[in-house]
Amino acid sequence: MPKLFTGAEIVFKCLEDQDVEYIFGYPGGAVLPIYDELKNFQSIKHILVRHEQGAGHAAEGYARSSGKPGVVLVTSGPGATNAVTALTDAYMDSVPLVCISGQVPTHLIGTDAFQECDTTGITRPCTKHNWLVKDIKDLQKVIHKAFEVATTGRPGPVLVDIPKDIQFQKTKYTSFKKINKKLNGNSHNYFNQKDINQLIDLMKKSKRPIFYTGGGVINSGPKASELLRDLVRSTGFPITSTLQGLGCFPGDDDQFLGMLGMHGTYEANNAMHDCDLMINIGARFDDRITGKIDEFSPKSKKVHIDIDPSSINKNVKVDLPIVGDVKQVINSIIKNIKKTKPNFANSNKQNISKWWLQIDKWRQKKSLNYINSDTSIKPQYAVQRLYELTKGKDTYITTEVGQHQMWAAQHYKFDKPNRWMTSGGLGTMGYGLPAAVGVQVAHPNKLVIDIAGEASVLMTMQEMSTAVQYSLPIKIFILNNEYMGMVRQWQELLHDKNYSESYTAALPDFVKLAEAYGCVGIRAKTPDELDDKIIEMLNTDRPVIFDCLVDKQENCFPMIPSGKPHNQMILGPEDEKDNKITGKGKALV
Amino acid sequence: MPKSKSAYSVAGKKGKLDTHIIVVWVDNEAGVLARVVGLFSGRGYNIESLAVAEVDSKLNISRVTIVTTGSPEVIDQIKLQLKKLVPVHKVASFKREDKKVIFKEMALFKFVSNSKKMKLAVKACKKFNPVLLDETNKSCVVQVTALRREIDKMAVNFKKYGLKSISRTGAVAMTRGSDVL
Repeated sequence: MPKLFTGAEIVFKCLEDQDVEYIFGYPGGAVLPIYDELKNFQSIKHILVRHEQGAGHAAEGYARSSGKPGVVLVTSGPGATNAVTALTDAYMDSVPLVCISGQVPTHLIGTDAFQECDTTGITRPCTKHNWLVKDIKDLQKVIHKAFEVATTGRPGPVLVDIPKDIQFQKTKYTSFKKINKKLNGNSHNYFNQKDINQLIDLMKKSKRPIFYTGGGVINSGPKASELLRDLVRSTGFPITSTLQGLGCFPGDDDQFLGMLGMHGTYEANNAMHDCDLMINIGARFDDRITGKIDEFSPKSKKVHIDIDPSSINKNVKVDLPIVGDVKQVINSIIKNIKKTKPNFANSNKQNISKWWLQIDKWRQKKSLNYINSDTSIKPQYAVQRLYELTKGKDTYITTEVGQHQMWAAQHYKFDKPNRWMTSGGLGTMGYGLPAAVGVQVAHPNKLVIDIAGEASVLMTMQEMSTAVQYSLPIKIFILNNEYMGMVRQWQELLHDKNYSESYTAALPDFVKLAEAYGCVGIRAKTPDELDDKIIEMLNTDRPVIFDCLVDKQENCFPMIPSGKPHNQMILGPEDEKDNKITGKGKALV
Repeated sequence: MPKSKSAYSVAGKKGKLDTHIIVVWVDNEAGVLARVVGLFSGRGYNIESLAVAEVDSKLNISRVTIVTTGSPEVIDQIKLQLKKLVPVHKVASFKREDKKVIFKEMALFKFVSNSKKMKLAVKACKKFNPVLLDETNKSCVVQVTALRREIDKMAVNFKKYGLKSISRTGAVAMTRGSDVL
């Protein structure tokens, strides 16, 4: 007679077999049997958050910085609904999450029982797949399948809903051997040699090429970033990146044009508009990138490399789709170039020299410049100083959502993948602090900083308590302008300066708040003291809330204004006057 | 047009709307229909008709036939999204005009009137394989199989024969000839 295990034990045996080290969760009535088993599985550590949304974002931060799936454990009803924002966020940004939720006992499902909700119904549109386990014999199979779905192909969140009676029932467990199926295995490659030849042909002919890379490169693993660097150097082509792709190519490299899109650099957006060959690698033509779609890069041949067939032709029609794992496609391209044209970068130099001259002209505009001040801290300056003082330290950066996020993306230069965690697709305010908790859990000895806004960070501030409990020395670097800055900026530019409800008239004293949480509070008020205060923060080996009081009126530039294509950007306060947004244009911000 | 201050772009040109029939083979499990249908409702598209039943009881496979209207880009996107669903095995689609495919719907008509009118009614159904399923001296139930638009027409025209109630299925589809999907 084989040994029988309860459903709760099987959950942990599955997690053990999946090499899960950390789970982020919050107990409650319908998951108590699972929590009861926690003590018997020493290899799995539980991080107790203060809100289930925090558990989800922490698991996202863990997953994005480590490349492993994040695991979330929540109770039924409110536990599950609180996790929905994080699941949707993970779905939009392709982050592998496995969420295990408790459910009321099977016989009570559908009776409006205490803390019951239709969890699989609610999470159906925000997960890759979900399961309600109604038979204990299915539990093991379902959990292993959940990990497989979350981590293969285009990664994403999944949810397994386990009724409480199933957690008590017993059955056999057969040890699971992970088939040596790597993340993003071959099964998702649909490209062939013909596609690669066609691409190389286009690359040879192109006079104005550009690489446009996205989060898909990061999701394909660190090797993909290495190969990308090799590819970009062996072609001599310029490269730009989306918000999610930052880090897959060194931010301070000469071939890198900076981020593109609504708040991207002048050179990146103009190059996208005027190019004759656009090679999209693992990006998805998001509306923040393309702007007005009818006038998006009108003269280019477009190549789209993506693991997800449904991303192809979704927003922009492309000329050459290549469906496959980024890493393997790039590998194949490099091999072919090296075989047919071993000295491509040099022999092609002449071909694209005019293009580089043009790009250098755009660069002269120095679109990320701003007018600095002696009296007040400019937010861009704060991010720049933070970058200069941390750049040698292999720093992990998370952000919230808003102006500070864009300034961080513009002024903090990344040179490695998996170092930049930000909510791009869903744009979830409150993402950065819990994400930093998850990143620090994955990398206990690394410097983890959440570049935050004071409005965003208050949405999930309670997770400071989690950071203190587990001695996670995260640094919350708040660019405090007392406004919901991005809302304020749009109101200034589009709504006749009617600052409706975008000013927070009562804010907590962040230094005292830090003390109340049992961590360290630091405040910087002037540019003169900024460096010293940042150094003080970096020298503190406890969690820190850094209240950086910045200019309240500063706007985030450059910006693709409303109704305009990529080649008509607003560059800054002076340029803005000549480029007043009018009429129909207001629709497009 | 009032000035828009939306954070998003204004809609571009819309493609031509066509009626498409999408056939999906799925695992017959709880919630699978909601997953399929959710891809349509989540994009704000209406489903004109839907027919679903298990076709392989051994493998637990159901065949779903969906009639919907949309631009070619939208239909392509929905098909690709359908293929990504875990319980979906296969997806096919046709345009309604496709000559290689047979589409059929079934309808049940209940007439409540006198025997003379009811006879006329059954006669009028003649082209559409009528089967008399139930008959009393005041009423009858007739089954027909036909195309959607033919049933639409009958539904209007048969009012005069005392048509009181209609129940109809969604369209089901099958390719002509020896080709198997």
